[in-house]
Amino acid sequence: MKATEPFQFATASYLVRIGNQVATNLVELEQGLANCSDASIFYHTFQSLGRHHFLTEGFSNDFAQWVLGSCNRPALAEQMASVDIRDYVSLAELRNDLRRVVGDYSHADAVTASQAAFEPFFFCETLEENVPLGREAWTLDEFHDALKDLAHGSLQFHFITSRLRLHLRTNDFSRWLARDLGLIELGRKVDQIDIYTATLDSARSTILHLVERELYQ
Amino acid sequence: MSQTQVSALVNTLDDYDSIIGSAEIAELRTLAARLRGRTVQMVNSTAIGGGVAEILNRMVPLMQELEIGVRWDVITGGEEFFAVTKAFHNALHGEGYHLPDESFKTVLANAEQNRARLHFDCDFTMIHDPQPAALIDARPKNGGHWTWRCHIDLSQPNQKVWNFLAPFVNRYDSAIFSSPAFSRRLPIPQYLFYPSIDPLSEKNRELDPEIVDQTLARFDIDANRPIVTQISRFDRLKDPVGVVRAYHIVKRYTDCQLVLAGGGASDDPEGDAVLAEVREAAGKDRDIHILDLPPSAATEINALQRASTIIVQKSLREGFGLTVTEGLWKKKPVVASAVGGIPSQVIHKHTGMLAHSIEGTAYQIRFLLSNPAIAQKLGENGHEHVREHFLITSDVRRHLTLFLHFLRPN
Repeated sequence: MKATEPFQFATASYLVRIGNQVATNLVELEQGLANCSDASIFYHTFQSLGRHHFLTEGFSNDFAQWVLGSCNRPALAEQMASVDIRDYVSLAELRNDLRRVVGDYSHADAVTASQAAFEPFFFCETLEENVPLGREAWTLDEFHDALKDLAHGSLQFHFITSRLRLHLRTNDFSRWLARDLGLIELGRKVDQIDIYTATLDSARSTILHLVERELYQ
Repeated sequence: MSQTQVSALVNTLDDYDSIIGSAEIAELRTLAARLRGRTVQMVNSTAIGGGVAEILNRMVPLMQELEIGVRWDVITGGEEFFAVTKAFHNALHGEGYHLPDESFKTVLANAEQNRARLHFDCDFTMIHDPQPAALIDARPKNGGHWTWRCHIDLSQPNQKVWNFLAPFVNRYDSAIFSSPAFSRRLPIPQYLFYPSIDPLSEKNRELDPEIVDQTLARFDIDANRPIVTQISRFDRLKDPVGVVRAYHIVKRYTDCQLVLAGGGASDDPEGDAVLAEVREAAGKDRDIHILDLPPSAATEINALQRASTIIVQKSLREGFGLTVTEGLWKKKPVVASAVGGIPSQVIHKHTGMLAHSIEGTAYQIRFLLSNPAIAQKLGENGHEHVREHFLITSDVRRHLTLFLHFLRPN
């Protein structure tokens, strides 16, 4: 079966820009969350997950990790870690929820919220340079073969950060499988892969397995 | 001209295939293809010795292989100039600056000489560290993008030296720091570039187990009992005495050995004093091995790290901490102080354990010695963390990305 449009493989490379905003306690974290750029929210959540994809137990985003490691506040860290980026189609919504979680905690315990952290939190942001790889897939077979050879940068671009670009609760792969190849169920299964507990390589293996089942069933 | 020739014993991109995979290498080539024909100039203050020269010796040939016209120039200067820049270096790390104001003139005069000697005609010019920073005056009109790459911690600089340096730095198009914690509020964009290690270098390459065993035997270290190791210069900021104290606490619970290996005692007047303090703290404990190694002992360092059960870096102040990177690369559980660039590498409870005191360091060592499965998992995670972010190939990719970013229309 040939797709209506080919899947165009690309890769993305990221520059990390250091901002001038720093938080030394939870009150300042909330202020930072209110004032930092969208690119900063993106870097510390979506990007963070991709950067640490090999951590499959309990790592969610930079904010939660800082609250745990530097502020020693495991309950708040758990709340922040439970914010699932797959639920968001805009950074504004994600920012609001992160702010609300920190804000509620800080208002309930103002003394703790103003205690100095072991190390400050530095707000950074990401600048993306994406480059087409010059490879495309018209069929599921071609998609399968290309996916096998994809580097992490490309996997991250198509499977994780694409969610935000698409402003949809899906990823590039699932979208193409469903929209251009008509394989709606396969697209849904690919989208169900838990990016919090899978590494990029294990996610790739699962997608390949699902595709092979589709090809050879 | 002083264009620097890199070491002949360099690796090609394909040599990294088994480490990062052919897909990653292919992506490097794809990114680089967009920069074909562009030129890059790296400028620093020394061709041999020091971390910057080590990185450039590896990076320049890899970029050349990617068909980017990169050249590496080294500034020249007399003893007086380098005495001043060494004082600059220490002052920017927060120490006092005791040289007379005329010393600033020495820096300016040197910049003038090097401006006359070097050509600046590349698309991208990267000036490394404070010594050549004043070369920004040589930038031609419409002379490409100039970046100041700062490899040192500028978070608490001596104000007098920083006030001299800042007007130069502020005229660059951008600055690069090794950690957000090292940066300053500047009017120019600042980027985060981690330093890197070369997995194929003598200090990091895979070793035959026989070499590891021979090294342990040579230093009379027992391979059958846990080995806790800190690799560092004998410098108070690395807190080797604190490591001995942490070991004493651990030793009450576990029959382990401590290895403190590094150099610095021979060429640093304070190194001798620190070494003496460490030996005094160690007393007659035959399980504490204090090894004053020469800079050429890369294989020995590699072997000691690979033989270790736990790697410690209990610094009171730290740069990026490449010894931590080396330990993580070797899949070792690391217990380290949360200072400098270490928290970028040691993600607490994921890629290692952070500590804030002697007691905390001892506790984390005890915990990991008692929980080898957790220790192993931390080591594996640490290895992946280094593979993704702190290898020379990642560093090359960051540079390519920066240059592509500069080419993007506003």
